Amino acid sequence: MKIENFQHKQSAHCESGVTLGLLQHYGIKLSEPLIFGIGAGYFFGHLPFVKVSGVPGTTFRIWPGYIFKRVCKELGVKMKVESFSGKEKGMRALDAALKAGRPVGMQTSVFYLSYFPPAYRFHFNGHNLIAYGKEGNDYLISDPVMETVTRLSGTDLEKARFAKGFPAPNGRMYYPVLTKPDFDLPNAIRRGIKKTCWFMLSSPPPFFGVHGIRFLGRKIKKYPQKLEPRRAALFVGNIIRMQEEIGTGGGGFRFLYAAFLQEAAQHLNNPALLEASNEMTRIGDAWRNFAFAAARVMKDRSGNLTSYDELGDMLIQLGNREKDFFTHLKTLV
Amino acid sequence: MKKEEVPHDKKIIHGEDNSLVKVLYVTDQQGKYETTQYEGWEAENLAMSQAWDDIDERIAQTREKVIRGEVSPIAYFMEKNLMDLPTLASYVGSWKFFVKKHLTPSGFKKLNASKLKKYADIFNIPVEELTHFKG
Repeated sequence: MKIENFQHKQSAHCESGVTLGLLQHYGIKLSEPLIFGIGAGYFFGHLPFVKVSGVPGTTFRIWPGYIFKRVCKELGVKMKVESFSGKEKGMRALDAALKAGRPVGMQTSVFYLSYFPPAYRFHFNGHNLIAYGKEGNDYLISDPVMETVTRLSGTDLEKARFAKGFPAPNGRMYYPVLTKPDFDLPNAIRRGIKKTCWFMLSSPPPFFGVHGIRFLGRKIKKYPQKLEPRRAALFVGNIIRMQEEIGTGGGGFRFLYAAFLQEAAQHLNNPALLEASNEMTRIGDAWRNFAFAAARVMKDRSGNLTSYDELGDMLIQLGNREKDFFTHLKTLV
Repeated sequence: MKKEEVPHDKKIIHGEDNSLVKVLYVTDQQGKYETTQYEGWEAENLAMSQAWDDIDERIAQTREKVIRGEVSPIAYFMEKNLMDLPTLASYVGSWKFFVKKHLTPSGFKKLNASKLKKYADIFNIPVEELTHFKG
């Protein structure tokens, strides 16, 4: 069985892409930047005690599932979000939803997604994709970061949905149930911006938001003293990888957000947001520079004190810059 | 980022092309945002190949240790599947304390057939690869 009129669209970020694909199927046509912005997908967090393969976790995005939930709520879309304790139950529920003609979004682990190039397949459990049909034992998959639609065997999909580790997907699946034809888009945009300002400025220090960026800056400076050069390089490499998580081009979703602000300026008829978008682009470029510098330090592996110090300063500066940015952005909406 | 500045650095890892064509938001000449496709850039490729170098090295070291009889084959397959102890323990559905014992040769010997099968299933290998380790 196959949901015939489902349309695949390649996106920069998996979750805004999945939300776009699902809503589009029900006639709500929004661009990816708008979804990312309304869904308040922009974030920063550094959790030194949450270790993935011994490396402290850094994130440039909000936790999985948040964007979809938030966008649906803002647009008055009724949705169904389910998790499962048993694998069979989870797969049966997926089949039932597909049979009812509903494309289904799911949280999965990249490790089991065989259509990715092998080097991408880490135990990263926050990846989102859509199933839009089933043929034999294969599921028809629309993965928003892929150019085209693809397929995945039932066994692999089951493993990917019920992968363990952090954050465990527990078979999480979600889809819209009922959409409203009219919604207040400008208001949703304003609320999305406000939420992101809150996340970045007012989430509890020191781990999140602009505090988190500066916190990581201070941490990096200590890497050469605390860690052997090899591990220090590995820690820095992981920051780059998180920043580069599929389709961010070195800006850690900052360019996507700049694109959002540009569209928001139009919808809210507020030219000040255009200026904000330009500044966000520059911040994204500064993140790119940071990644470049970090890559050099990582490659060097000498544990050179000054180079780690410089990286730390770059981050502290970025933190300050984002703080100014969001303090200003807050006043614009 | 401007469209003309978009890098196109192929991702060569393990001697093979691991590039993935991705979408990126970039500005055109008027500063308006649009999307373009790209395959990755140097910084990202370096970070990824460094992560793999580290993994490959750990796998090789653990393999040696299994052959020398210092750790059990489960330790090797744990590394090979890019898992750490907490992840493996949650797949097994058991405490880290117990799984840690199974990583030692003496703890491994005490495993019964059903436990071995469980590990083999998690690693997606036949039980023989655990009991008759070839590496």
